[in-house]
Amino acid sequence: MKLFQRLFFAAVLSGLTAGAVMAGLQQWRVAPLILQAEVFEQAEAAAPKHEAAAPTEAHDEDGWAPQDGAERIGYTVAADLLTAVGFAFVLAAASVLSGIEVTARNGVVWGLAGYLAFQLAPAFGLPPELPGMPAAELVSRQVWWWGSALATATAIFGIAKFRNGPALAIGAVLLVLPHVIGAPPQPEEASSVPAHLATSFAASTLAVGAAFWLALGPLYGWLSERLARTPATTKAMA
Amino acid sequence: MNTTAELSAVSGLTLSQRLVAGLLALILGFVLIGTIGFASDMAVHNGAHDTRHALGFPCH
Repeated sequence: MKLFQRLFFAAVLSGLTAGAVMAGLQQWRVAPLILQAEVFEQAEAAAPKHEAAAPTEAHDEDGWAPQDGAERIGYTVAADLLTAVGFAFVLAAASVLSGIEVTARNGVVWGLAGYLAFQLAPAFGLPPELPGMPAAELVSRQVWWWGSALATATAIFGIAKFRNGPALAIGAVLLVLPHVIGAPPQPEEASSVPAHLATSFAASTLAVGAAFWLALGPLYGWLSERLARTPATTKAMA
Repeated sequence: MNTTAELSAVSGLTLSQRLVAGLLALILGFVLIGTIGFASDMAVHNGAHDTRHALGFPCH
C-alpha cells in the first residue's frame, strides 16, 4: 500500500475506534455535567436582571440546534468521531514528517505527546469550561488555544526528532512561553454554575482526553504496522 | 535524519514523498479539528456544542 493510502486508512480506523471510546466515556461522565450546567445557565439567562445590554448565552436560540436527547447525542458522537479522526491525521502527519514511526509498542508515548499538546497544555491556561461559566472573548481564547497547542507540539516534535541540546533548549522555551504570555484572563464575575460541577467537569474532560489519546497512539501504530505488512504493500512497493 | 533508513513503514521513501503525504495529512487533520472545534457558523457550533466543551475547545 502506498504511504498516503496506508496513513489514511490507519488514521481513519484508529480515529473512529479511539473516538468511539472517547464518545462513550464522554456520554457517561461528561455530557451529564453539561446538561446540569445548562439548567443553571438558562436560569441565569431567564432571570430579569440588568441583562438587557449583554445577552449571555443566546446560542441555543440562534438558528438550528439539535433536539435534546437522541438527536443531540447523535450529533455529539458524530462530532467526536470527526475530531478524533482529525487528531489521528495530525498524529500520522507528525510521524511521517519526523520520520519516526508510530508502532503498537511506542504508541503510548505518541499518545502522551498528543495529549500534552492538544489537551493538557491548552487546559493549563484555559481550564475546560461548562456552559454558563464566565469566559474571556471567544476569538482571543481560540487564538491562545492554538498557540499553546502548536507551541507544545512543535517543542515535542523538535526534541523527539533532533535529540540534542539546542532542540531541548528551544523546546523548553516553547513549552513554557504560552503560559508566560498567559491565556486571556477569565472575567471577575460570579459563575452561575456551581463549583462542584465545574471541578468535576474539568477533571472528567482531562481524564477522558487521556483515555482517548492513550488509545489512539497504540491503535494507530498497530494499524500502520499491519497495513505496511500486507501483501498488497510488497507488490506496490516492488 | 540518520535513523530514518531503518524504519520499516517510512523506509524506501524519498523525503519529498514523505513531505507530500505528511503535509496532506496535517491539512486534513487541521481542517477536521478546525471545522468541528472552531468554526463560528452557528449550526456547526450548535451541532458540535457538547464536543467542543468536552474536548476543552473554547466555546462561546
